[in-house]
Amino acid sequence: MNSEKELILNIKDLKVEYRTEDGVVKAVNGLDLEIEKGKTHGLVGETGAGKTTTALSVLDLIQSPPGVIVDGIIELEGKNIRGLKDKEMEKIRGNDVSMIFQDPMTSLNPVMTIEDQIAEVIEYHESGGYKEAIKKTHEMLTLVGLPPKRGKEYPHQFSGGMKQRVVIAMALACRPKLLIADEPTTALDVTIQAQVLTLMKNLRNQYDTSMLMITHDLGIIAEICDKVSVIYAGRIIEHGNLVDIFDNTRHPYTEGLFNSLPNLKDRKAKLKPIKGLMPDPTDLPTGCPFHPRCDYAMDICSKAYPEKQYRNDQHFVECHLYNDDNIEKGGLIKRG
Amino acid sequence: MDKPLIQVKGLKKYFKTPHGMLHAVDNIDFEISKGRTLGLVGESGCGKSTTGRTILRLLEPTDGNIFFEGEDLASFNKSQMEEKRKDLQIIFQDPFSSLNPRKTISQTIMEPMIIHKLYKTKAEMMEKVLEIMEIVGLAERLVNTYPHELDGGRRQRIGVARALSLNPKFIVCDEPVSALDVSIQAQILNLMKDLQKELGLTYLFITHDLSVVNHFSDEIAVMYLGKIVEKATSEELFNNPCHPYTIALLSAIPVPDIHYKSNRIILKGEITSPIEPKKVCRFANRCEYATERCHSEEPELIEISEGHQVACWMDVVEKNAKK
Repeated sequence: MNSEKELILNIKDLKVEYRTEDGVVKAVNGLDLEIEKGKTHGLVGETGAGKTTTALSVLDLIQSPPGVIVDGIIELEGKNIRGLKDKEMEKIRGNDVSMIFQDPMTSLNPVMTIEDQIAEVIEYHESGGYKEAIKKTHEMLTLVGLPPKRGKEYPHQFSGGMKQRVVIAMALACRPKLLIADEPTTALDVTIQAQVLTLMKNLRNQYDTSMLMITHDLGIIAEICDKVSVIYAGRIIEHGNLVDIFDNTRHPYTEGLFNSLPNLKDRKAKLKPIKGLMPDPTDLPTGCPFHPRCDYAMDICSKAYPEKQYRNDQHFVECHLYNDDNIEKGGLIKRG
Repeated sequence: MDKPLIQVKGLKKYFKTPHGMLHAVDNIDFEISKGRTLGLVGESGCGKSTTGRTILRLLEPTDGNIFFEGEDLASFNKSQMEEKRKDLQIIFQDPFSSLNPRKTISQTIMEPMIIHKLYKTKAEMMEKVLEIMEIVGLAERLVNTYPHELDGGRRQRIGVARALSLNPKFIVCDEPVSALDVSIQAQILNLMKDLQKELGLTYLFITHDLSVVNHFSDEIAVMYLGKIVEKATSEELFNNPCHPYTIALLSAIPVPDIHYKSNRIILKGEITSPIEPKKVCRFANRCEYATERCHSEEPELIEISEGHQVACWMDVVEKNAKK
């Protein structure tokens, strides 16, 4: 929209497919995502919506075959990084962009000590050699609240929350410009989740890291993010800042997500689930992919994909319900 | 007060480990009236699933009584227990690993009926299977499909259907929606609530998700390292939590509301080892209010107002009680 904001990551019209024997899985279908420098961008959606595929595309980690990035532009600080050679991509991974995976139990190497695993990243990207890398590793461990002397231990000697701290230390070791966190706290208990989220918030503020936070939890979005994109069937169907998404919800799917959550204030309120199931990505519905589940579906919804309709500078929704006249008023949908 | 359907007294479950006895469940009491739901919450490793399984004697209790309709399940022999299992069922957490991949939906739902010889003819049994499938919202055309052909929500419906196949009175629900997406989670929770109303079921609802338990349960018991540390009606527990652990736990929930100001209490450290715990407050080393007494004496559950019990030495609890 406007050129003033500085973008760390700019994804345009990304299309990713998994070509399997059972058909072509259309995981990401023309996705646009702009992440501003220093901001935390939430990507929220359910299983199979294409959240992780999007993240893996940025780092060129899509398993191929069967995965293919069919189309699209991925720009890091204005430079295209899609289709870079492996050698060049390796320089970006872990250094400019790093990633925290969902499950800390499986993303660490079980036969390597904690400090060696973290030092490996630093040694690879920086010139100081092993000794220097270990020194920096100990700084990182302290930073995430782990005693450096435990660096000599192996992952199985750590609890879930501590392992996730190790993963965070590793991801931040080279001070990346962009941190992609894929459901970083989903596998953790709530009190540990609270510890890890607080840690991530502090580190982000300290280093001014831009972040892409992938989650299915709207509570985490409310807590940590500046901007939110809601993803459904591989497209961003609604995007805006927190006030836009939480207080001026427009898309029926976003609304459905909110209504599916138990209300802490009114425990008697009956949950209003979204009817039906996620569409089969090998056989997406025509028109708007949400129309078979949508309570407001009209004739046109099954025929044409809706255009982006902007409510303000950043808040847009892809839904036939809205036009220039009613987008501000909304009111077609009431939060129940 | 109704007569409780199930009453657990002094239940203990210890496991032998190379480092000593692991006190997974350590002397807990609770009761659930017919048609009600008790939520059992706590973090991984606190013993909530072990409690659920021990009640059904899927694990043998180390000590204690489990009264079901007045009879002590803990004293039953194997064949008595087998007979009783008709009344007591369980829904497991993970609908991906708790279903036999080589059985179709109908075979899965039918199996308990065959074991208990509930019906004489296959036709009668099939009729019942279709009836249950309709109740849980599985389309009839799916009757011969296998679990791998179905998504998580439908699989969990099979889990519910299997539990219902013997017309039980009591169901242990062990994290039944944790593995599901929110929109599907809401579908299953609504289904379970409707079933409770229609069939008069009694639930023990085990979960780590506090917003779900608040929505679903009449009463909530909070577990920490094998002990119940606080127990109250859901409303009371959320409005007036007294145990420092409960308070921290409640404050840790991320709330999907941007105007909500949270007073988050970040707990230090993590759950300590349940192996040979000392006779002190098990939460003391993470508790910001801990005093010397907490490190030397174990608090018992005391009633601070009607139906609200807390196990804590803290003065705050006593002050709250006077209010």
